[in-house]
Amino acid sequence: MVAARPLALLVLLLLGPVGQAEHPRDSFREELVVTPLPSGDVAATFQFRTRWDTELQREGDTDHYFLRYAVLPREVVCTENLTPWKKLLPCSSKAGLSVLLKADRLFHTSYHSQAVHIRPICRNAHCTSISWELRQTLSVVFDAFVTGQGKKDWSLFRMFSRTLTEPCPLASESRVYVDITSYSQDNKTLEVNPPPTTTYQDVILGTQKTYAVYDLLNTAMINNSRNLNLQLKWKRPPENETPPVPFLHAQRYVSGYGLQKGELSTLLYNTHPYRAFPVLLLDTVPWYLRLYVHTLTITSKGKENKPSEELSRKPDPPRSLCYIHYQPAQDRRQPHLLEMLIQLPAHSVTKVSIQFERALLKWTEYTPDPNHGFYVSPSVLSALVPSLVAAKQVDWEGSPLFNTLFPVSDGSSHFIRLYTEPLLVNLPTPDFSMPYNVICLTCTVVAVCYGSFYNLLTRTFHIEEPSTGGLAKRLANLIRRARGVPPL
Amino acid sequence: MAAAGSPGAAATDLEVVRGKRAALFFAAVAIVLGLPLWWKTTETYRAPLPYSQISGLNALQLRLMVPVTVVFTRDSVPLDDQGKLPFTVVHEREIPLKYKMKIKCRFQKTYRRALDHEEEALSLGNVQEAEAVLAQPKEQPEGSLTVYVISEHSSLLPQDMMSYIGPERTAVVRGIMHREAFNIIGRRIIQVAQTMSLTEDVLAAALADHLPEDKWSSDKRRPLKSSLGYEITFSLLNPDPKSHDVHWDIEGAVRRYVQPFLNTLSAAGNFSVDSQILYYAMLGVNPRFDPASSSYYLAMHSLPHVINPVESRLGSSAASLYPVLNFLLYVPELAHSPLYIQDKDGAPVATNAFHSPRWGGIMVYNVDPKAYNASERPVRVEVDVVKVMEVFLAQLRLLFGIAHPQVPPKCLLSGLKSEGLMTWELDRLLWARSVENLATATTTLTSLAQLLGKISNIVIKDGVASEVYRAVAAVQKAAEELASGHLSSAFTASQEAVTSSERAFFDPSLLHLLYFPDDQKFAVYIPLFLPMTVPILLSLVKIFLETRKSWKKPEKID
Repeated sequence: MVAARPLALLVLLLLGPVGQAEHPRDSFREELVVTPLPSGDVAATFQFRTRWDTELQREGDTDHYFLRYAVLPREVVCTENLTPWKKLLPCSSKAGLSVLLKADRLFHTSYHSQAVHIRPICRNAHCTSISWELRQTLSVVFDAFVTGQGKKDWSLFRMFSRTLTEPCPLASESRVYVDITSYSQDNKTLEVNPPPTTTYQDVILGTQKTYAVYDLLNTAMINNSRNLNLQLKWKRPPENETPPVPFLHAQRYVSGYGLQKGELSTLLYNTHPYRAFPVLLLDTVPWYLRLYVHTLTITSKGKENKPSEELSRKPDPPRSLCYIHYQPAQDRRQPHLLEMLIQLPAHSVTKVSIQFERALLKWTEYTPDPNHGFYVSPSVLSALVPSLVAAKQVDWEGSPLFNTLFPVSDGSSHFIRLYTEPLLVNLPTPDFSMPYNVICLTCTVVAVCYGSFYNLLTRTFHIEEPSTGGLAKRLANLIRRARGVPPL
Repeated sequence: MAAAGSPGAAATDLEVVRGKRAALFFAAVAIVLGLPLWWKTTETYRAPLPYSQISGLNALQLRLMVPVTVVFTRDSVPLDDQGKLPFTVVHEREIPLKYKMKIKCRFQKTYRRALDHEEEALSLGNVQEAEAVLAQPKEQPEGSLTVYVISEHSSLLPQDMMSYIGPERTAVVRGIMHREAFNIIGRRIIQVAQTMSLTEDVLAAALADHLPEDKWSSDKRRPLKSSLGYEITFSLLNPDPKSHDVHWDIEGAVRRYVQPFLNTLSAAGNFSVDSQILYYAMLGVNPRFDPASSSYYLAMHSLPHVINPVESRLGSSAASLYPVLNFLLYVPELAHSPLYIQDKDGAPVATNAFHSPRWGGIMVYNVDPKAYNASERPVRVEVDVVKVMEVFLAQLRLLFGIAHPQVPPKCLLSGLKSEGLMTWELDRLLWARSVENLATATTTLTSLAQLLGKISNIVIKDGVASEVYRAVAAVQKAAEELASGHLSSAFTASQEAVTSSERAFFDPSLLHLLYFPDDQKFAVYIPLFLPMTVPILLSLVKIFLETRKSWKKPEKID
């Protein structure tokens, strides 16, 4: 679940939902959500939101013709990814929650995900004016169990090697949330220190959650000891419960053998016991994997699941639900784009597979380590997943940041966007010394032919006078003499 | 034995001759057909370049022609001198610079009598009014000047002033009743015209990068290098947001003060302006405390260390291809305020600002100490943008190389126009920029030609060659236009010359085969060439030896 995954730095341009009334200009909010996982790992998610009510861009509508989707399937992560990201924060890393962003700890984690979202959001119901929102999120998972020598306790200092000292003076809100959902029923399992002043309850991703809230702008919070070091101690170690399985998750792999053909498969799991829901699957495949679209098959529960057919059987299918879009690749110019809406039946695994042929690249187009393989970007799943608990309508400005990035319009479901793992595909790689070998071989062959030809044409040939002697002849003459036949 | 040998020997001789011929034929084919074929197929493509023209550019003589129209009013010169009008005088002078290009400055003075409406305007009581009337009828072309000569006792100028330089391309000079009137007035006109258009300083500053390093040139290296566009970034640095809540109306300030200035400068390039507010951005130096005035100060020698730590946070140069000019307004933290900048002698600088050549300017903005008494922290600070923009605009002028003019004695200089830039100052900038562009383009072309001459491995594609041709043509065109006094078209041509020459110089196709090493070539060729050439060479040597032997034989018999 929390395997080390490559960082995906995404810039999402989303058209935001309808916002609220007027707000002070250029507001900044920050928060940190700490979720202790049953395994002993600790997930920490930072969210920073800068909002400019200044009109940065006066053009009204986004021209969708200019919208671009780009993916870098893999990037080696290092502190260089964090430094420019930190520069976008108004308090840099001098005050507030950003003090905790210390590179040498953040990159020694089991999971690291860093994102920047820029989007326009409407300032009023009719969307006559637009604010711009810059949202920066950073999620890390600390392996507290291993680094803590078997103890599952954690504190801010142990995770980040820093403590919180002062709030960012520019922030209108600066809070730390600690997830105490499964332990809040009785106070015997764990203890949070210092005790929280307030708790917050909400439906996050379809489940009821309880958070202990620490408001840094509350002067009493820090002033007592000049710093805030949140600690969590387990009074009774939790049993090894299996982590809850999410309703939607996905897996992707490449199969096939040899270097000519292969198959890309995406497995979509719907673990909801009784509800089916549609999923929008977006795939971009580089041009050097030549897709055979006629081999696109979608099977769930052993039956074929055609994107349009399945849905049209419904009494009154909304038009937008019957959707499949394919844009073929152009060599060296444009990748394949495959986008489709798939209905996932309740409690099922749906397999989307498509065959491809590997193309030969030009000699200079190979990467410096071509035998390592070529990365194929992850597919993106967007879905409205049914919730267990009905959520209230989200108050856009009032609620914490962590549940407002993808707000829920309908209380019975929540929006989720998933990225599958990137794939590594081997392409047929030539022997790069081949041109030289060919030159050498042909030259040698030409040289050998030429040599004999040259000898044949330029040498003079003498007729050798037959010599009188020879051992065989003498022997033959001896025998002939003995037989009384004239010698040769 | 001999009878039996003779036909065999004859046959062998025939064979030997045939073998010799075959070997010679092989050698001939290899040399006549093989060598050119190999040469042709393996040569790098090098499009022809105008090498001689490029080397000719270095000896280019730049003649900068400034057309000056001199208008004489009725009583400005003696009557018999007036009878000689109109005529033309050319004043040419070489500008002594240690530069390979000879630069000559040529003032072409067209003397004529004043027209009626000009007479009327110049008889007005006040020079500003006269100017307003004179400026209306027609637009003067860029680079040209008009000098009005008024009578010796005219009340247009204050009594002690001999001349006046207006904000447009006009000047007024007092006449004289003297036998040598034209000579004396001519000298005065040249003085005024030099101030308004071309001086050695301006050209030396423009060519600072190309001149040999000395005190003179290093002092002049303040202006930005000529470029197609510039990006101007205004940053407000607030290192202490806990005590100061700083606001500035930068949008309004740019609209009101900077934009008009940039609009007049727009002939010299494209400008884009942006602004940002940075918090917790510290200067790189700890200010010293001065107990006498209970203030902090930054000494002059520590100013160079101020910029680097700040610059890493500015981040504006990453987003632009053009050179960036940074203007920072620094509001010192509470613990270090008030903060003053000291000059060499330890006195505080009046503007509390300094600029760094080719980088931008920094101004320290101290918060009014009264503000701290009343309210709690943070104190709301409204920046007085007029005060700030005054300083930044002055720095902007300096960074563009528009220095304060050196006015000749007894000369009245008109006040600045509302845009903050006089028209003739813009002309002067264009003159300087044209010359600088020409020098840059010539240097680029010369070094490209040298490089291509030195390294024979470089591929020259047709595209690169056509850019080189275009650049050479543009340089020549710019030089011609300068010589005929068409400043704006000369500037455009010089920009094109720089663009084309740099595009040719930085074309990535030049690098394609640059690093193809020689040992790889040998490794490829040896398997083919060694077995082929060795027999040919051996048989050629053999044939040569045999012929020499057969030539020597007859001598032996003798």
